[in-house]
Amino acid sequence: MKEAFVLLAGGDPETWGIVGRSLRFSFFSTVFALVPGIPAGLALGQGLWKGRRTLVAVVNAFMALPTVVIGLFVYSLISRSGPLGFLGLMYSPAGVIFGQAFLAFPIVASVTQGGLAKLDPRFRETLVTLGAGPWRRLFATLIEARAVLVAAIVTAFGRVTGEVGVSMMLGGNIRFSTRTMTTAIALDAGKGEFERAVSLGLVLLVIALGVNLALHALAPREN
Amino acid sequence: MKRLVACILSLALTAAAFAQSPAPTNPRIRLATTTSTEQSGLLAYMLPSFEKSTGYRVEVVAVGTGASLKIGEKGDCDVVLVHARALEDAFMAARFGADRRDVMYNDFIILGPVADPAAIAGTKTAVDAFRLLASAGSVFISRGDNSGTNVKELDTWKAAGLKPAGSPWYKEAGQGMSQVILMADQLAAYTLSDRATWLAMKDKSSLKILSQGDPLLFNPYGIITVNPAKWPSSNYPGARALMNFMTGPAGQALIAAYKIAGEQCFYLYK
Repeated sequence: MKEAFVLLAGGDPETWGIVGRSLRFSFFSTVFALVPGIPAGLALGQGLWKGRRTLVAVVNAFMALPTVVIGLFVYSLISRSGPLGFLGLMYSPAGVIFGQAFLAFPIVASVTQGGLAKLDPRFRETLVTLGAGPWRRLFATLIEARAVLVAAIVTAFGRVTGEVGVSMMLGGNIRFSTRTMTTAIALDAGKGEFERAVSLGLVLLVIALGVNLALHALAPREN
Repeated sequence: MKRLVACILSLALTAAAFAQSPAPTNPRIRLATTTSTEQSGLLAYMLPSFEKSTGYRVEVVAVGTGASLKIGEKGDCDVVLVHARALEDAFMAARFGADRRDVMYNDFIILGPVADPAAIAGTKTAVDAFRLLASAGSVFISRGDNSGTNVKELDTWKAAGLKPAGSPWYKEAGQGMSQVILMADQLAAYTLSDRATWLAMKDKSSLKILSQGDPLLFNPYGIITVNPAKWPSSNYPGARALMNFMTGPAGQALIAAYKIAGEQCFYLYK
């Protein structure tokens, strides 16, 4: 335990390099999940179109898929022998980010949809009565539901930071390239070297706490 | 912006000054390898000198021989460093590999608890030791991952005329060598290990070597470049450069000099 603190406090470059890399991967994969995830959540969250409820159930089911299953699926896509193999993404940072974005997409869509469902139905009616066009209505909804969007971002970020299946399978745990906090912990524990594993575990704990405190602070207060 | 350009330029110049040969067009080499070369610390010891003298950057995926060859087969790496001759020959025969060379060797050893409940200590052959293990029903941890060590272990059971799979005392872990040594230690069980990983793990384990020296337990390592005719996007020049380094005078001298706690890990072919 003491050694773990020494590693962190002493600014061990490899340990902090791993922390930085993990956060970088999580940042980009969350961003890439938001781009399609928020529109998908908006589409799923309103309107009375056919098949909406079924699609919501499908998205929720994907959210519960184990990371290794997502990893396996993306592996078959990006391996050189797969359809996207020409991109050379396998065992590269871009490959991990791609896989993690897949993991985060249903989370973003589902949290956005769930949050919108809780908006007061009169809000939309009011907008319509006030004569707002579709773009205007979309913009106003986004403003009204900004806490929901932040919740989607924070949840997705927490999930990708803490996952190990996708990073291990698609990144290969390559030192200085695709080794993230979780894969480094798996490696160190496997070698019986627990100091760095514990120090990275502490960082992950702090991130998990931060994510949940942020969510708590954003949750609408009941009066 | 100007400062950024200047910064990048000076970095590039420093890098160029350090490199002895012109920078390679594709500096990234992906090496898929058995867990033993990584977990023994050999690669971390050798590769920096290769990287410094050539400008290549080697990215290591350490997974086990079976998985390494599969990665090579799919074109997801440029070169493999493995230890299961029969699998290597099949890989070459199927033209997945372009060139293959012998790199080094050591041996497999049978590890077990000091108390040695199956009384295998001092057995002359691996087959005798495995027969004693089976008749005593002592817990044995198998890699169970189609790694080179796993292949050797299965060959040994076969040579002993035994089929341990499914027996309650035979546990297939599906993990790397050092994880399996840790497991065997926790369960006071027996296992088969390559010598290099054992040397790296020795001080974290209470197990000891109970049987060794059988010629059947010979452990040769080979390096194979992935066939560029099959995967044109692979880094074949890089793979060749790494192969030449590992089997050339500089690499061979490093292998011969690599010791853990004063003990030789890998040996060279004369």
